Amino acid sequence: MNLGPITLGHYLSLGGILFALSVIGIFLNRRNLIVLLMAIELMLLAVNLNFVAFSHYLPLEADRMAGQVFVFFILTVAAAESAIGLAILVVLFRNRASIKVEELDELKG
Amino acid sequence: MDTITALFYVFATVLLFAALRVITARSTVHAVLFLVLAFFSASCIWMLLSAEFLAITLVLVYVGAVMVLFLFVVMMLDINADSFRQGFWQHLPLAGLVGAVIALEMALVLMRGFQLQAPEPSARALEMGNTKLLGIEIYTQYLYPLQLAAVLLLVAIIAAIALTLRGRKDSRHMNPSEQVRVKRADRVRLVKMAPTIESPSTPREGDAA
Repeated sequence: MNLGPITLGHYLSLGGILFALSVIGIFLNRRNLIVLLMAIELMLLAVNLNFVAFSHYLPLEADRMAGQVFVFFILTVAAAESAIGLAILVVLFRNRASIKVEELDELKG
Repeated sequence: MDTITALFYVFATVLLFAALRVITARSTVHAVLFLVLAFFSASCIWMLLSAEFLAITLVLVYVGAVMVLFLFVVMMLDINADSFRQGFWQHLPLAGLVGAVIALEMALVLMRGFQLQAPEPSARALEMGNTKLLGIEIYTQYLYPLQLAAVLLLVAIIAAIALTLRGRKDSRHMNPSEQVRVKRADRVRLVKMAPTIESPSTPREGDAA
């Protein structure tokens, strides 16, 4: 087994596998809203991993920090998203006493 | 095989295992705990990529705040975990197909290219460190987006509180806006009535006297 030095491709492969796993998780857990939110968090983590890897391996020094700045903003937005998502989940559970996705069919269309 | 290579494979294995357990765990609490493990190993990998500030931020913000929030919500909601498992594996063929297609496409892209070696860290990075460089970048180039992100967080706070706020039913507080908005018509009702005039009665005898 040839384990050479770690290249950019290694990190990108890791990010890709992580993203594929979270997509599979969305398909498998399509009833449980909380696990769906967690799979979305995993997806964002995979994307962030790619950004950080690119920012480390970029040859041009002046552009190198831009990827990390982007990760910073993605972290901000993801934190806001999960806070509001969980708040909606709590309100939903209070009103319906259930968080099953297939029971949330009030909106017809 | 140097240290970074070995550490990368260790952390990547832990990360993928934790991600797999997140999506297959029977209990939701276990899924949250495995997600914590996944974030922690991802932050270790970011350390290998010399993004120290973001690695610490990931642990502080995600493990410290968001995952604790998830745990609170999962434990607060009394959900029956077994009812979620019905038909869990029946979606597996489709899910596996989609996952395999994604992995295959990524492999097609990644097979040939991206064999970059890490460049030498610049003299500036060695002198100032990752955190200072990131701070300089954010507070000069990206100051306006940073302000927007701050406003976004404020909006998220207000939205989350407004969504879950419940007024107490037994409190006797006044509502000032209702008090200000009150109109005369809410308090006094003028009733229009037909005038009733007493018919002039015949003077009684005692009056005349």
